[in-house]
Amino acid sequence: MHEASAAEAIVRMVTVEAAAHNAARISRISLVLGETAGYMRESLEFFVAAAARGGPAEGAALDIRYVRMRLRCGSCGLEYDRAGFTFDCPSCGARGMLAGAGNEFYVDSVELEEASA
Amino acid sequence: MKVELKRAIYEENDRLAAAIHEGLSARGVFVVNVLGSPGAGKTSVITRLAEILDVSEKLAVIEGDVASDIDTRALRALGIDAWQIETGGDCHLNAPMIKAVLGRMEVADGSWLFIENIGNLICPAEFVIGEDLKIVVASAAEGSDKPYKYPMIFAKSAAVVLTKGDLAQAVGFDEGFFRAGLASVAPKAPVFPLNGRTGEGAQDLLSWLREIRSSP
Repeated sequence: MHEASAAEAIVRMVTVEAAAHNAARISRISLVLGETAGYMRESLEFFVAAAARGGPAEGAALDIRYVRMRLRCGSCGLEYDRAGFTFDCPSCGARGMLAGAGNEFYVDSVELEEASA
Repeated sequence: MKVELKRAIYEENDRLAAAIHEGLSARGVFVVNVLGSPGAGKTSVITRLAEILDVSEKLAVIEGDVASDIDTRALRALGIDAWQIETGGDCHLNAPMIKAVLGRMEVADGSWLFIENIGNLICPAEFVIGEDLKIVVASAAEGSDKPYKYPMIFAKSAAVVLTKGDLAQAVGFDEGFFRAGLASVAPKAPVFPLNGRTGEGAQDLLSWLREIRSSP
């Protein structure tokens, strides 16, 4: 459910952008997606393709840059991606503190094709 | 041609939420977005707070549910000014829903406005709806692993209300483990144990809310 409305918002945003640039077609949509943003890459791909059907974004390639949750060890200072269930430091075992939420969810860029003259 | 956008997917929601917040804030309304899983005790927490407000303090409540107005009826029966949003399946409240319900209700200047979000630990964390702050209600009955499984909702919340502590032993709730998870993702969020049936602990939560509200 949720992916569908996100996908519609993405397609709406890039379609408005294409019109503003007088572009005929959107060939690529680049997204940044954090692991805690609450979306699965596969569902987003599916729903963006569905939402784009019949419009200028139809068939656009979808690049998704995935951002992991980052933690910083409170003891040794190591920065690391969360791995598995624990927040603890993989090096010294001390408590890790949230350093980067990994909840990014935005359109980074689009590639547009000019309308042929 | 490549065009850099770097624009949040929900920028329209975020803009509307900022406008809602600005409008309410200008009238001295303080908005608390109450998060938590189904059955955590969100309505009970709001009810217990309502009972101990000073007579001079005004309160309005927006109840978000996928279906039914059971909570709103219960709150109104207690004399609380409550308004229902039924999302019909949507898993979170968003700013347009709040704008719509605010158009139907009267929120007195200087009120508290509690918005009970949909019972869900995932997407409600992602949407701002015009609030001053979020609090999350977590019950012992849900288990002590919730900060590890749903880190974002805790990371986004200014305080954690821990309910159903009297069930902790029966359900094997490990409070140390729960708090260790919070220490990683929400180190600044105070934890308020609160008994939703007796109201024990509600005064501490209210005092903290008043303090935040009065701080610049």
